[in-house]
Amino acid sequence: MTTTTEHPDLVGPEAPAGPDGHAPGTGRQDSAHGHHEGPSGIVNWLTSTDHKVIGKSYMITSLVLFFIAGIMALVMRAQLANPTSSLLSFQTYNELFTMHGSLMLYLFAGPFAFGGLANYIVPLQVGAPDMAFPRLNALSYWLYLGGSITMMSGFLVAGGAASYGWVAYAPLSNAINSPGAGADLWLMALGLTGFSAIFTGVNLAATIFYLRAPGMTMFRIPIFSWNMLVTGILILIAFPVLFGAVVMLFSDRHFGTHIFTVQGGGVPVLWQHLFWFFGHPEVYILALPYFGMVTDIIPVFSRKPLFGYKGMVFATMSIAALSTGVWAHHMFTTGVVLLPFFSLLSYLIAVPTGIKFFNWIGTMWGGQLSFQTPMLFSIGFLFAFLMGGVTGILLASPPVDFMTHDTYFVVAHFHQVLIGTSVFAGFAGFYFWYPKMFGRMLSDRLGKLHFWGLFIGFWLTFMPQYLVGLYGMPRRVADYRPDNGWTGLNVISTVGSFVIGASFLFFLVNLYTSWRKPVPAGDNPWDGHGLEWFTSSPPPHHNYTHLPPIRSERPTWDYNHPEHRTLVTHAAKSPAGPPDDADMVGADS
Amino acid sequence: MRISAVFLAGTGIFFAVIGVVYWFTSYEDAGFLLLMGSALLGLLPGSYYLWWSYKMKPRLDDDPEGSIAEGAGAVDSFPGSSIWPFILGMGAMFAALTFVFGLWMAPLAAALIVSAAVGVTVESRRGGAV
Repeated sequence: MTTTTEHPDLVGPEAPAGPDGHAPGTGRQDSAHGHHEGPSGIVNWLTSTDHKVIGKSYMITSLVLFFIAGIMALVMRAQLANPTSSLLSFQTYNELFTMHGSLMLYLFAGPFAFGGLANYIVPLQVGAPDMAFPRLNALSYWLYLGGSITMMSGFLVAGGAASYGWVAYAPLSNAINSPGAGADLWLMALGLTGFSAIFTGVNLAATIFYLRAPGMTMFRIPIFSWNMLVTGILILIAFPVLFGAVVMLFSDRHFGTHIFTVQGGGVPVLWQHLFWFFGHPEVYILALPYFGMVTDIIPVFSRKPLFGYKGMVFATMSIAALSTGVWAHHMFTTGVVLLPFFSLLSYLIAVPTGIKFFNWIGTMWGGQLSFQTPMLFSIGFLFAFLMGGVTGILLASPPVDFMTHDTYFVVAHFHQVLIGTSVFAGFAGFYFWYPKMFGRMLSDRLGKLHFWGLFIGFWLTFMPQYLVGLYGMPRRVADYRPDNGWTGLNVISTVGSFVIGASFLFFLVNLYTSWRKPVPAGDNPWDGHGLEWFTSSPPPHHNYTHLPPIRSERPTWDYNHPEHRTLVTHAAKSPAGPPDDADMVGADS
Repeated sequence: MRISAVFLAGTGIFFAVIGVVYWFTSYEDAGFLLLMGSALLGLLPGSYYLWWSYKMKPRLDDDPEGSIAEGAGAVDSFPGSSIWPFILGMGAMFAALTFVFGLWMAPLAAALIVSAAVGVTVESRRGGAV
């Protein structure tokens, strides 16, 4: 693999390499002394404004919360494995499903993508020295950690954690039906993590708009970064609405307002409108980053350029735009929403998503596929998300939705969507970029064991839930009767969930092995396409001492494979010809 | 710059259109107002960027022929390590907890937030530690 150190004649982002062979970083203070001297250890963790440190903190925190929420899921599945089980009290069960959903959605799936991987990878992909607002980025992490602690501390207060479901529907969430500090802590946690997400969204949009390297035009940035830009804008649309709704609910609970209570002239359904105006874009805030990850991974392991780059960009934009107009498809059964409007727009989302699937398959078609761990997880994502998506199209039809609303059919649907994205694609991204982040490899064999355990467990867990939902089992119940006939399917589902749980042991062993016995990764272990594979692993302070010429969507590939260089196909000022070699060694310096 | 502007303005126009359609098909005010808010969120920065994109020279990162050497010079100054985001974040957390556990926590929250605000301002003036 080519490393930057073999080509010291390349031009750095700021100035040619200094006399010591070290090109100055792009920060002003940095040029005073050659190498970055900073605090280390816990002081570094507390004070760093480096997007790489913050990104890793985000990832570690969100993975810890992911494991906690996963264990909650296993406890709940154990409860449901046999009818009239008495493993958990009803109240504990309510707390567990509320916190499982809240942790997974607010504190894992989103922050892992936009705070963790995107924070680390996006500045690298666009050739930026850091995020646009590094201290805001650090503040975002601390708000996220504070929010996580606040939400988890609900388990320590009298009355227990919030127990009204992760959607907190009024009037169940008011002070009479859900008294206690746990519910208030949950609302405060949403406020804190909401602001953390908004700050990260601002940072992502500003970084991608204004900190790209020269030549990295908007239609050359990798799809992951494109998706993070769109996600950032979606965050700015969605999270302020959630914050407003949380403030209103809190004032209903404590300050005597009646925004969501009928007695005082309020409208409980307003909560659902506000919540789902946040909640449905939130689904795509959780999905688009992961679409971006697999879009970056599949071409690398197919050894082909991405099929339909611009189609992918426009599909992402259409999904995001449409997602903001479909919130009330969660509210069909309230009877007060406009069914045709929301049904039609929900169906329309299938079109850009179909384009994405077409392009993913088109990228693999005829390529030299290599089934390493990241690719396996990406293909797992395609299957899982396809199943989740197709059942989503079913649910977009009001007659079907009226039949299946609040049953396990819906539970199976959104778990397949969210595990497809945040777990399959998320771990594809994690396995893919881990060598860049830590400079060492994860074991491919353990990664494959992790994949197959997850893949088998996934289908075992959720396919029976579709059936049991169609047989009428409602969601959010802690027990059921033996004569309901749901026992067998629930047992299969519970077994599957424990297979998923066991598969993550391979992941933990993998992390442990790579920590104890590191296998050096080199700068570019996968022969990657994006700019992030050009710098060292892990990247130096301010990311780049050198940059290659950026003339296509895959500058690193072009640099390493001059014989197969991607022709300049779009956005070129002049008719594209094969770039001359002089350009490749920075002769224009 | 032009693409960023069109991207944001296009977002705004899309929400304006579906917002109007939504209003005349449902007469439901919460969703209509939220869609109009989203339309403004795209249109305000989008039109501002569009205005600038006609006034300013094309940016190097929007130039498909832009070379690394042309970008020579400082990109920007970036702050070094700073403890204040941590202090401010913890202050915000205690401020939120004040709403749950009572006013006795407010002095702690206020102390953290004020010290962070002062600290980060002073730090910005002297350029920050690297």
